[in-house]
Amino acid sequence: MNLTLLILIPLLTAVMILLVKGLQQIRVVGLIGAVAQLGLAGWLLNSFLNERAAGNNATYLFESNHTWFKALNINYHIGVDGIALAMILLTSLIVVAGILVSWTMDKLSKEYFFLLILLSMGAYGFFISLDLFTLFFFLEVAVIPKFLLIGIWGSGDKTKSAMKLALMLMAGSALVMVGLFGVYYNTNTFDIVKITQLGIPVGVQKFFFPFAFLGFGVFAALFPFHTWVPDGHASAPTAASMFLAGISMKLGGYGCLRIAALMPDAAHTYSWIIILLATIAIIYGAFATMMQTDLKYINAYSSISHCGFVILGIGMLNKTSINGAVIQMVSHGLMTALFFAAIGMIYSRTHTRMVAQLGGLLKAMPFISTVFVIAGLCSLGLPGFSGFVAEMTVFMGSWQNPNSAYRLATILSGASIVVTAVYILRATGRAIMGPISAEHALLKDATWNEKLAAVLLIAGILVIGLAPFLINHLIMPSTDVIMLQMGKVNLLN
Amino acid sequence: MMSNYFYILWIPLLPLITFVILGLFGRKYLAGISGLIGTGSLLTSTLLSFVAAKQYFFVDGKVNGVFQKIVAFKFTWLEFSPGLSIDIGMIVDPISVMMLVVVTSVSLMVHVFSLGYMKGEERYATYFAFLSLFTFSMLGLILSSNIFQVYMFWELVGVSSFLLISYYFNKPSAVAASKKAFIVTRFADLGFLIGILILGYYGGTLDIGLLIERLTTASSTQFISITSASFLGASMLTWGLTLLFMGGAGKSAMFPLHIWLPDAMEGPTPVSALIHAATMVVAGVYLVARMFPVFSMDETALNIVTYVGAASALFAAVIACTQTDIKRVLAYSTMSQIGYMMFALGISKNGGEAGLGYMASMFHLFTHAFFKSLLFLGAGSVIHMLHSNEMRDMGGLRKIMPVTHIAFLIACLAIAGIPPFAGFFSKEEILTAAFHENKIIYGIALFTAALTSFYMFRLYFNIFWSKEAPTSNHAHIENGHNTHDTHDAHDHHGEGPWVMKLPLIILAACAVGVGFIPFSNLVTSDGKALETHIDIVFSIVPVALSVLAILLAASFYKNQNEKSDKVASALGGFYTAAHKKFYVDEVYIFMTKKIIFPFIGQPIAWADRNIVDGFMLLLAKVTLKISELIKGLQSGKVQNYAMYFFGGILALSILFIYIWK
Repeated sequence: MNLTLLILIPLLTAVMILLVKGLQQIRVVGLIGAVAQLGLAGWLLNSFLNERAAGNNATYLFESNHTWFKALNINYHIGVDGIALAMILLTSLIVVAGILVSWTMDKLSKEYFFLLILLSMGAYGFFISLDLFTLFFFLEVAVIPKFLLIGIWGSGDKTKSAMKLALMLMAGSALVMVGLFGVYYNTNTFDIVKITQLGIPVGVQKFFFPFAFLGFGVFAALFPFHTWVPDGHASAPTAASMFLAGISMKLGGYGCLRIAALMPDAAHTYSWIIILLATIAIIYGAFATMMQTDLKYINAYSSISHCGFVILGIGMLNKTSINGAVIQMVSHGLMTALFFAAIGMIYSRTHTRMVAQLGGLLKAMPFISTVFVIAGLCSLGLPGFSGFVAEMTVFMGSWQNPNSAYRLATILSGASIVVTAVYILRATGRAIMGPISAEHALLKDATWNEKLAAVLLIAGILVIGLAPFLINHLIMPSTDVIMLQMGKVNLLN
Repeated sequence: MMSNYFYILWIPLLPLITFVILGLFGRKYLAGISGLIGTGSLLTSTLLSFVAAKQYFFVDGKVNGVFQKIVAFKFTWLEFSPGLSIDIGMIVDPISVMMLVVVTSVSLMVHVFSLGYMKGEERYATYFAFLSLFTFSMLGLILSSNIFQVYMFWELVGVSSFLLISYYFNKPSAVAASKKAFIVTRFADLGFLIGILILGYYGGTLDIGLLIERLTTASSTQFISITSASFLGASMLTWGLTLLFMGGAGKSAMFPLHIWLPDAMEGPTPVSALIHAATMVVAGVYLVARMFPVFSMDETALNIVTYVGAASALFAAVIACTQTDIKRVLAYSTMSQIGYMMFALGISKNGGEAGLGYMASMFHLFTHAFFKSLLFLGAGSVIHMLHSNEMRDMGGLRKIMPVTHIAFLIACLAIAGIPPFAGFFSKEEILTAAFHENKIIYGIALFTAALTSFYMFRLYFNIFWSKEAPTSNHAHIENGHNTHDTHDAHDHHGEGPWVMKLPLIILAACAVGVGFIPFSNLVTSDGKALETHIDIVFSIVPVALSVLAILLAASFYKNQNEKSDKVASALGGFYTAAHKKFYVDEVYIFMTKKIIFPFIGQPIAWADRNIVDGFMLLLAKVTLKISELIKGLQSGKVQNYAMYFFGGILALSILFIYIWK
């Protein structure tokens, strides 16, 4: 199948949105486009598994390669492996859910849906790129809509949040660019496959790895470059928060993983710093979450903690931990999108996100409350939901590293699951349970579109949580390849 | 042979299916019959458990005189790396089959009782859905063949207990209690998890059977590596097992992780009968028993189990004597009895005559399940009528509630260890084992046994004798601790419907009868039958002490008098300390509210806003200033600033590359 469809369909949807008139038409077009993405992702998964079953063991499937800028040796080289495919599936699910929860967005709806779709296009392009320049190009495509989504449709101090987010992500991009150009000037190519084959001299790796890794780290909310996360998420409209946490932050994690695979020697050299920062992010994020009083801030800070697990898994540099990092990306994407969706539903009814002003919502809106509790239980790593699978895989992988400092990092990260339980139960106990106020008692439960969005995301969470062997089957061969590349490059140098 | 037991899969599966059906459709479509659906499905599970027990214990479980460990079913659920994977499996051996019977029977009784107790509740269907979820989780836990599988169901048990305790979700105290239960056990589970990581890493597997095989063979490479690696002076085996036990101590409410149990009484009383008497709270004992062969390889870990168990038994018994909320008395009594089971395991050896403690512990677990759930249901019956948990609101109920009265009395006699009631047999075995292995423990056990008789009969006399019965049958105590959500919805006269009496009668029959089961032939540490007999001479001391304690309780509480108050004031500070539960809660509150929140949480949250983010803002401001100075541009457009920033870095990077080259 042709992967370019993943870019063309969103592009077509975006153009259609610009052409049609009225909220009704716009949202229907948006939804059709989003469902088409989901269908395409499903079809891609099916074709991928068929190819694999037929014995096609190539690292990347459905590759195609076209010259873009000959002079600079930039190619439009695309292809997917299991990891990229998992991210594509995640993205398509979140896009459908995001469109559904935006169903009644009547302020500048055309622009709103246009930007959402544009963001998704950037994400798909990013995940399928096998050329570093193309990858970078799509990364930028995905950044700009975020600034506008927050700046125009946001709430609270939205201008400041939007600027902070845009500036920090721009700075992250700039760092990534330095790293990628460094690689280019030393290998004369942007092509990931070629670079992997050739290897990068150890000195170059050590110099440029920090730029690229930290650059992507900004996107993935790596401590101390995470400060755009709380304000950005809190100010963003619901769908934008979902996209931001569910898709954008994953661009960073995915980028970090690819960079570590491209520069394994540097990754080994700096792994202790990565692990240190990740462990700080996990613990620090968890404790900071505990003190928050606004539901969106709670979820945003908890994202910092949860995304720390992605970085931790990557930093541990073994197969199990990297597997865990990938599962955590998917899991966190789904879970946090669900959380933001639930918070959005609560906010649109009660007009407050302050935990102290809420209470007993279970009585008035059992569906939304159940969704909130499910997201919470997934967040605190309850078996049966995806969070458990992801975190346990990371722990299991991290523990395989017998270095006692790394063991300590694992234990400290493990301790965060206790803190997670504290903040999730505090929020749930206060907002969902307890007595309800008279004015909230009359509020209505979820509408069909909100229910559908929640059910879709919960289905994703449950598939991973109940049958983790499926996602494992998808991504494990690809992590095997990454491990092999890391080993090979090590021997070469 | 192996597929013979495949049908056991249905035992946990039926409650799971019930949960899904009731959870999705219960409130809307099945509101009226959800209780019957839940009970019916559990009845099937119970019957299957009995079939399994009969088949295992009396037909084909035994090969050459030894009960076999059979893995009836297993598949790889999540593979971490070759060798290390979470498998979902079912292990069939004496303790798992015994637990199947215990959990399904008690759960069934609780289901039936709840049909009456919870009638008219708004969230009736939800209640039965959660009850099914809990039963499923507990059954999954006991059948687990993989240590990580145990952990998974362990967590599920924790969350379903959270949901049940917070059933009256609009009551802040219930919500607080459920949070406390979950968080305290979660903290303990962290230890469990690290214990699993340690054992899994050195054992090279997470499969319980294989783990036991490797870690009990002194010559295996795994055993050598785990015993030779050490940390802070203790071997990794000790660490792994102790941390595992920490998880068990959390769920089983052992000191000092017990603080959640008394508060958990905020849940509906039948829930306490299920969770806090017979099932979840014994999960820790079950975990130690499940891994017992490995524990038996490490003296230190076993000693920890012994002393934590004994200390908890005594500690809780002392507190139980001073509490006035009848459910809290029962909660502390549970903690005390579980302490009994724990130290019985701790003093045991693996196999043979010296394995008496193991057998006794399991036996006590078995008998305790029946009489303790009976006590809770009896208390439920009383609370259902009076709408109060407080002793002072009770008295003289023996005439109004004859069935409850007799059942409660039988249960009290059973827990006090009076022959021929069930508790006598199991307690005697524990005392015998303690007498042979460790005299200090024997002393503690004996004293605790006497205290147990005292506080149980204090409870009994206060509820059923003491004062005259209330003149009006439905004397609602308005200011008492109301357990009922909507108590106006059901006014009760007398003892409630037959669905509430029947479980009491059945459980009372069990509390009399189950002691006569030849337990030592069925459940032992090595699967071989163990010769045990009741030594009358040995039994004289404990039974006499119990009787004395009962007489003392009778003289204090049978009729209202001031003797108990005098004793309490004579004990002075000690009494107050016990009444205040030895201030353990206060220590926890101090740690969280005065240390963790203000000294860790708040500084981090503050630093994030002001230092980390402040630094980022400073960076942005400096950039802004520099660009102003250099370019003299004041367009005020962030996009422009971003572009300059971006371009600058690009230029710098190219510069860097060339200089570096």
